Amino acid sequence: MSAHMNLTLKVWRQKNDKSKGQFVTIQANDIADDMSFLEMLDIVNDDLTRKGEDPIYFDHDCREGICGMCSLVINGRPHGPKYGITTCQLHMRSFHDGQTIVIEPWRAAAFPVLKDLAVDRTAFDRIQQAGGYVNVNTGGVQDANNILIPKRIADEAFESATCIGCGACVAACKNASAMLFVSAKISQFALLPQGQTERYERAQAMVDQMDAEGFGNCTNTGACEAECPKGIKLTNIARMNREYLTAKFFREEDIHN
Amino acid sequence: MSSKSKPVLSSSIGKKLIMSLTGLFLCTFLVIHLIGNLQLFKCDDGYAFNNYAYFMTHFTPIKVVSYLLYASIIIHAVYAIVLSMNNKKARPVGYKQYNGQANSKWNSRNMGILGTIILVFLATHLQNFWWKYHNDQVPYVEYHKDLSTGTVTTHELQAADFTEYSVITENGVEITRARDLYKQVDFAFQNICLVALYVIAMAALAFHLIHGFGSAFQTLGFNHKKYVPIIRFLGIWIFGIVIPVAFALMPLYFYFIK
Ligand code: HEM
Ligand code: SF4
Ligand code: FES
Repeated sequence: MSAHMNLTLKVWRQKNDKSKGQFVTIQANDIADDMSFLEMLDIVNDDLTRKGEDPIYFDHDCREGICGMCSLVINGRPHGPKYGITTCQLHMRSFHDGQTIVIEPWRAAAFPVLKDLAVDRTAFDRIQQAGGYVNVNTGGVQDANNILIPKRIADEAFESATCIGCGACVAACKNASAMLFVSAKISQFALLPQGQTERYERAQAMVDQMDAEGFGNCTNTGACEAECPKGIKLTNIARMNREYLTAKFFREEDIHN
Repeated sequence: MSSKSKPVLSSSIGKKLIMSLTGLFLCTFLVIHLIGNLQLFKCDDGYAFNNYAYFMTHFTPIKVVSYLLYASIIIHAVYAIVLSMNNKKARPVGYKQYNGQANSKWNSRNMGILGTIILVFLATHLQNFWWKYHNDQVPYVEYHKDLSTGTVTTHELQAADFTEYSVITENGVEITRARDLYKQVDFAFQNICLVALYVIAMAALAFHLIHGFGSAFQTLGFNHKKYVPIIRFLGIWIFGIVIPVAFALMPLYFYFIK
């Protein structure tokens, strides 16, 4: 038998990207502690819908920690009070009966609020499109093992590639900097042979786009690394700085777009 | 279509590069400045210190470096302001609840405030000693060093009798006439408010550098399994503790002991 609890939610409600929002207090009653945080919101939304009110709008998709859609700053922390998980992996047993929970959207100029708790994260897509890819020739498929990659390098690249683009790094950062995300995307290719062709062009193009989107400047507080659900490391940011500064001072290349 | 990427200094990483290079240059200065100033603790009425002060202000290579230093302070502060304003703009609507403690250190989130305290201190500090020294507002002193025994005696020197720093030898006695910055230091540190400002500023410097020293290397892209722990050690123990504490001891020494 799971325990049940009653909670007071203070939720950011905002009609659309033009309107001003505000916090609204909503009661969440009879919540089982083995529910996920998003299931709790589902219950609250059922309730609101039954009462003819507008349900709380929030992003979600896979609900198993792999898609990066769910967001929410919960009691002052992206993805809630636990480390290394997404909001969909957060269980209500992390809260207690009678608790007040403040739920806010990611806050960043580059992530404008669309409605309630959902923000527009297409800035990340545009950064990816600026250079987060490799060109592949058409023709017969090469044998998988033709390109030798030391396991150590493959592992490191894979770790960078586990970034799910959720944006918690931006949400956690006091400067709303996107450097952890961008550095993970630059690293996953900079480490691999397949990524060498566009290596320096990529670093410049993606950093340019990151700046153009209006993200802040990293001051190495480490909040991103601590809050990242996938454990993306600050070493990625050092690598990005290296890639970018090397490009700028020794390998300046034109950007193709 | 192809185009040039934006110039390095207009990028976020370029501006951070400037922050880190000027910051590290200021760190090397702190080491030199401290080693020189340790002569304040000598019980020689400022003989060594005043000679050192003359050397530092009149030896050309050091003068060149000192101009670099003034420029670094200004550039570091200007870029700090530019970056902080950009960062503010990057989050126009803040959080109702923000639990920074859960994911980062307090000093890393308040580098601007710590830096501002340091800047206020620097302005006072330069006015007290640099400005007065360069504008003839310090007392003068004459030292007689007996070359056979090495003992130094101190004699007051009236402003009217002083023209330039000079060292002459007469009958086995080396006579040094100098501006007495040592006495000015002693005088300034009888003011408890000034002593308090110095101690507070050194605490701010400590917290600034505990984060800043390591942060600068990360900004430069230096992140090495073996050497990062050494950098972190230096940042905390040398730049965060030994240097600020040694500097803070100077006003305390003059106020309480001298
Ligand atoms: C002796 C004086 C100073 C020293 C030795 C010093 C040193 C440093 C160092 C090494 C960094 C790290 C750079 C990096 O992360 O890339 C830094 C960062 C910073 N400094 Fe200073 N600093 C001094 C004075 C100041 C002053 C006067 C201000 C403000 C007006 C200031 C504001 C900042 C800010 C805002 C940062 C954060 C940038 C960041 O972490 O990336 N500092 N400082
Ligand atoms: S680096 Fe981590 S926190 Fe940032 S977008 Fe990727 S997975 Fe999310
Ligand atoms: S909904 Fe996919 S990660 Fe949370």
